[in-house]
Amino acid sequence: MGVDAMLTHQSLRRLVEPGRVHRSLYTDPQIFALEMERIFGAAWIYVGHESQVPQVGDFVATRIGLKPIVLVRHEDGKVYALHNQCAHRGAMVVAPEAGNAHEFRCCYHGWTYHTDGRIKSIPLQHGYPACLDPKDPKLAMVQVPRVTSYRGFIFASLATDGPDLQEFLGYAATSLDDMVDRAPDGEIEAAGGVFKHAYNGNWKLYLENLCDAAHPLFVHQSSIEAAKAQADTVHSDGSGEIAVRQMRQNAAPYSFWESQVGIWTYTNGHSFLGDYHDDAKLVAAMNDPVFRDYIAKLEARKGKERAKKILEVRRWNTNVYPNLSFMSQFQQLRVVHPVAPNRTVVYTYNFRLKGAPEAMFEQTIAFANIVNGTGSLVLTDDLETYGRIDAGLSSEGAEWLQIGRGFTSDTADATGGVRGKNSTSEVYIRNMYDAWLTYMTGEGQPVRAAAQ
Amino acid sequence: MIGDSSSREKAEAFLLREARLLDEAQYEQWLALFTQDAWYWVPSQAGQTSPRDTVSLIYDDRRLLETRVRRLLNPSIHAQNPPSRSSRIVANVTLETDRDDGILETRSKLLLTEYRRNRLRTYAGTAWHRLVRDGKAAFRIASKRVDLIDCDGELEGLVVPL
Repeated sequence: MGVDAMLTHQSLRRLVEPGRVHRSLYTDPQIFALEMERIFGAAWIYVGHESQVPQVGDFVATRIGLKPIVLVRHEDGKVYALHNQCAHRGAMVVAPEAGNAHEFRCCYHGWTYHTDGRIKSIPLQHGYPACLDPKDPKLAMVQVPRVTSYRGFIFASLATDGPDLQEFLGYAATSLDDMVDRAPDGEIEAAGGVFKHAYNGNWKLYLENLCDAAHPLFVHQSSIEAAKAQADTVHSDGSGEIAVRQMRQNAAPYSFWESQVGIWTYTNGHSFLGDYHDDAKLVAAMNDPVFRDYIAKLEARKGKERAKKILEVRRWNTNVYPNLSFMSQFQQLRVVHPVAPNRTVVYTYNFRLKGAPEAMFEQTIAFANIVNGTGSLVLTDDLETYGRIDAGLSSEGAEWLQIGRGFTSDTADATGGVRGKNSTSEVYIRNMYDAWLTYMTGEGQPVRAAAQ
Repeated sequence: MIGDSSSREKAEAFLLREARLLDEAQYEQWLALFTQDAWYWVPSQAGQTSPRDTVSLIYDDRRLLETRVRRLLNPSIHAQNPPSRSSRIVANVTLETDRDDGILETRSKLLLTEYRRNRLRTYAGTAWHRLVRDGKAAFRIASKRVDLIDCDGELEGLVVPL
């Protein structure tokens, strides 16, 4: 079966079946172009955090799908997302990745813009026809129509209409709450730099891997075995200790994933792995003096009861479809940027919990290096795997890719979502394809269909 | 002997030997060049001052460096199946400090070309070695920092040590 020359709703729907999807979803340029239009052109896309643009005039470059965007705080205190394109001859106006500016000036003919995108001045304006109206919002660094933040996390939508951000996030918002609530001062800030890793593979593979509890034993076998054989008596300044512990954790057997970890999915493609690490197992070990200091500070600000409730939330990755995946418990956040059907770039950020001991942030950095680092002993095998999928899909092997694990055991959850029987269920991939179909054709295919 | 030209030459010979071990994928011998409390650092930002407050492309203390080497030698390392071949040019070696307590610091230029699965990748940058004299003829690496010119760019996975 080939993809129709014109991709109708009907032909798109034929590519997604209840427990399997067509391989062309990961390779076809037409499908990719439609995804950029119908998914990245419609959904709420994570574009940055308030702490990246704290002052008036602060800006950062980002993108929505393939489109270069400037996120900027205007003098009215609001954050705007502007298409990074001059209204005159189309040049990209803002060249740096970040900075502070009181206006934006195009390098080509000096057209100058206010930081909310409006024209400020046009050299030789008298030479243009009188109908050229500098107040026309389309003659501007055009604003992305909707920009909203939820507890500091800024999302933008290229669509003028659609569900508001809160409705879009649904119950997944509670993972963003978890990220912020862990800060004793109730605020977090992006800090500690960014990883930008690239791979030759489709953007969807990244999100599909992040809640995949069944891959570590195989993909990460080399780092698991290397870490298991590592003598703990060898000198460490603390960073290697965290890394080795995390690599060993990847060795958790299937019985662990099948009995102790859950997967929850929600409308619009969102999901999270929950009940994962308790604090005795990982970075924030209870007997670690840094973590005890942190708990004391959290309790001092929030009270004992509230602090206990906050620390009881144990989530691993939360995916907010289509471009965000974050680890609220460990202050990590990844943003997926599609580049081409077979090329993706992922930016990963860390957050500092305000009011927490600085040594805890150092642990966050050490954890980031092993989990998200470009030279990580763990991530590099994931990147290799995405490349292998792309290479494999260039063959003419199996036409359909299987996403049916746990298919008959998906159940409704009291929080309004659909839960897999346990964390090895591929329900979160089925759920993303439910969202995919809804964006692409206007009508989804409930992931629970088979269970009924 | 301190600060004489032979110190620079000996250090350079040592750096060339290190590069050769890496080119030949002799990772255990490479590890043996490091002191017991060494660190190996590839920053993620130009001019990065600390590996503690900012992420790093690689930041290994001795314990993690041992694990890195053991993984490189593990047959199930997918990212090295097939394995890379690599070719390092180490040049412009200067002696930055040469202390009478036996510690030397060198600055050198690295140009590394990696071949794997029909692709060539190039890495260019500046390496900073802190060497301690270990007997008359030899050195050990107390720390090694490599500043890649594209450290803050979009990069594919870094597997072969720089």
